[in-house]
Amino acid sequence: MSKEHVLKVENVTMQFGGVIAVDNMNLEVNKGEIISLIGPNGAGKTTAFNVITGVYAPTNGAVYFKDHKIIQNHPQGKMKKLYQGENAREYAGQHVMAPTPDKITKLGIARTFQNIRLFKSQTVFENILIAKHMLRTSNIFTATFRLNAREEAKMRQEAEELLKLMELEDVRNELATSLPYGKQRHLEIARAMATKPELLLLDEPAAGMNPQETMELTQFIGRIRDEFGLTIFMIEHHMDLVMEISDRIYVLDFGKPIAEGVPEEIRNNPRVIEAYLGGADDE
Amino acid sequence: MDWMTQNLPYLLAGISVGGQYALIAIGYTMVYGILRLINFAHGDIFMVAGLIMVYSTTIMPIYLAIPLMIVLTVLLGFVVERVAYKPLRSAPRMSIMISAIGVSYLLQNLALYVTGGLSQQYPAIPWISDTIQVFGATTKRVTVITPVLTILLVIGLVLLIKHTKIGMAMRAASRDFETSQLMGIKINSVISTTFIIGSFLAAIGSLLFFTNYTGVTPTVGAMPGLKAFVAAVFGGIGSIPGAVIGAFIIGICENIIKGLGWTTFSDAFTFALLIVILLVKPTGLFGEKATDKV
Amino acid sequence: MSSKTKTMWNVGLIGGLLLLLFVLEQVIPSSSMFFTVLKKGAIYALVAVSMNLLNGFTGLFSLGQAGFMLVGAYTYAILTIPVESRHSVYQYFDGGIIQFALPVPVALIAGGIAAAIFAYLIGLPVLRLKSDYLAIATLGFAEIIRAVFQWDKLGPITNGSNLLRNFPSFKSVLYPFVVAGICIALIVLLINSTYGRAFKAIRDDEIAAEAMGINLAHHKRLAFVISSFFAGISGGLLAMYQTSIQASMFKSAMTYEILLIVVIGGIGSVTGSCISSFLFIACSEWWLRFLDNENLYIGGFHVPLLRPGFRKVVFAVIIMLMVLFYRRGIMGDKEFSLEAIRNFFRRKFGKGKEAKGGASHE
Repeated sequence: MSKEHVLKVENVTMQFGGVIAVDNMNLEVNKGEIISLIGPNGAGKTTAFNVITGVYAPTNGAVYFKDHKIIQNHPQGKMKKLYQGENAREYAGQHVMAPTPDKITKLGIARTFQNIRLFKSQTVFENILIAKHMLRTSNIFTATFRLNAREEAKMRQEAEELLKLMELEDVRNELATSLPYGKQRHLEIARAMATKPELLLLDEPAAGMNPQETMELTQFIGRIRDEFGLTIFMIEHHMDLVMEISDRIYVLDFGKPIAEGVPEEIRNNPRVIEAYLGGADDE
Repeated sequence: MDWMTQNLPYLLAGISVGGQYALIAIGYTMVYGILRLINFAHGDIFMVAGLIMVYSTTIMPIYLAIPLMIVLTVLLGFVVERVAYKPLRSAPRMSIMISAIGVSYLLQNLALYVTGGLSQQYPAIPWISDTIQVFGATTKRVTVITPVLTILLVIGLVLLIKHTKIGMAMRAASRDFETSQLMGIKINSVISTTFIIGSFLAAIGSLLFFTNYTGVTPTVGAMPGLKAFVAAVFGGIGSIPGAVIGAFIIGICENIIKGLGWTTFSDAFTFALLIVILLVKPTGLFGEKATDKV
Repeated sequence: MSSKTKTMWNVGLIGGLLLLLFVLEQVIPSSSMFFTVLKKGAIYALVAVSMNLLNGFTGLFSLGQAGFMLVGAYTYAILTIPVESRHSVYQYFDGGIIQFALPVPVALIAGGIAAAIFAYLIGLPVLRLKSDYLAIATLGFAEIIRAVFQWDKLGPITNGSNLLRNFPSFKSVLYPFVVAGICIALIVLLINSTYGRAFKAIRDDEIAAEAMGINLAHHKRLAFVISSFFAGISGGLLAMYQTSIQASMFKSAMTYEILLIVVIGGIGSVTGSCISSFLFIACSEWWLRFLDNENLYIGGFHVPLLRPGFRKVVFAVIIMLMVLFYRRGIMGDKEFSLEAIRNFFRRKFGKGKEAKGGASHE
């Protein structure tokens, strides 16, 4: 197999107090794939994203990005007694790695949010431009005294180009929050793309969209994967979208992965049907 | 034992001041619990209560002046809320806080105008101003009465909040302002009641406080107000028992520091204590943990 | 307008303003309230803008400004009192332990740096706190700073709770204008740089900003330290203006006053803070002064209520009305600029002129 891991989640457990939100999760995302994470509400999908992006440090387990370990933890302090998950000893005594979200983004993992989080007082263009801040080489003095003019011009130019590619040029100077809902989702993806990620995490990108918008989004996601050579890992509830563009699907239920496979396998997996698709989807 | 007799006055003063802070702190903590507003004007309401007492005793006997002072203070708290905070209910939190600072500024300047900037002598109140002996230490009776009265009032308040309809409405409003409105709670009357209770306790607090520290000046409310707020944050803002315990701790510590001869640092110490607590437990001793959903 | 012509216009405007001040100074007696207002207004404009950088642009609700001004003012004063007058100033501390005096500009910058160092140290623990908790912790630190500077054990340096005086001050109104002007210009340059954009991102949504690769702790600390640096410089200027200082001047009431200026000017508007600080000072010190006059007659009618202190009551009422009815402040979060004025007049005076104006620019 010549497959190259971009993301590997290893034995990750996230426990809040006595509640296990993610239970011994293992998954792999390979280069160029579109992987979907599905599961009923409250299954722990967003929590998994928050662990991968550094919002929460996992209670136990490790995360690898391009074969480098980026996150690792084991139950500590009060959690030592409270911990109910598996593999408690596996990482004990090992170095704790809990980078903040900005560090994760700098490594090349960008994300969007389930409840849109745009910079509300800024225009569309400025929203994208902010993401370029992270790629700066200037410090606060060179930036204040405008000694970074060339870099600033490059930031702006790149942001402009991205606007064009993302078809947001016509709303360039509008306030981000004045856009229609679908466009806001679009902008959030564009903003994440501005950090030049290798792996893009999308948290319910089609939430609240009508079928027409969902179809457009499906094409859009496929297109950016191809054009930017991206790997995409997403949480989604729209089954049409998931089944159409996913290379593989992971199913999560009560924090535990219950199935994994190509869309056809998932569609016919009895455990998945029982846990999630149930009678609700009779495709 | 020698140490005890030497330091007992400071300890007594600490408990007494703590009780007075507690009565003010409850006003802060209840308002914050419901409106998420640091009511910067609360300390000045306490000051105005002092001034009302000073002026009313010049024209009437003390047994009439005390109830009048309480009524007027409560009325002031009510009016301030209606005029300065209610119109800003849908405005950003910053605006309403600025309005509170504005009210504080106004009350202080009014007091300055009325008093001409001179310190006014608080009238001696019979019985509670009397000097008594406690374990060989000489003190005013108010020192002993304050903690007892404070605790009685707090118990009364807690019972009110636990067992009456308006108390239930208050708890609901402090848990979720918007939803409680949807559930048919008359939010304006709940908020008014909160301010009435807060001002009532501040009026009692001022009566006890100024019996000990008899000079009323326009800015006299600022420091006790700030410290009472610190006490409320210390105990976990929104929690009444927290505010009371915080107030007693701060009052006692402050006076012990004074007793050790570090008077310059008695105010600073209060804040240092607060900062330490916030760093260890960011929402105070009894505060609830707030989480930001991602 | 292209950005070059815009810069030219602005430079020309500022130059013209300074020239005008220079001329006015030759014409109007220097004791006029007009200059008092301009001097104090310029100093308050600087500290208000520095507070706005923090509260308005970075979304950090800090109430420590008076403390940082105190540090700046004291550092300036301590470093510039001439050696020969140290003995009379530090009369209770044998002339103090510092026996040199630095040039004024150096001492002003040192004041800023000292405030920035304090801010860095305070920021390490408190910047983790959020909103109101941050506010009360910074307020607390300002009080702690005040107590430390009044401590008699530090008397040989700070003169304890006694006055510091005899340090150099300024006569011309141009001095605070130039210094505050340079500082405000620097803050504006910062706000419009990539760092300024990062600050605004943090204000709008911390979690999203962090997901965009912005290191929250680092950027918050930067904003806090820079804001305090300029607060320190304004403290130094205030010391020069007052000619003598004492730690008890820098109470939390001072911070509230600055916060009022910021809010009345408009949170997130630099020009708003400047305009509002001049109006605030003019109103509180000058325009309402007649209200303190007990013997004011209008056409033989003796105006009641007037006596010293009434001015401040009226002023507080005006403030309350502003807060209640102009919630977004004078400028909102907009900036005052030539372009904005031009657009305003265009909107006012119909479309015909707009089309014409647009054509002539093509």
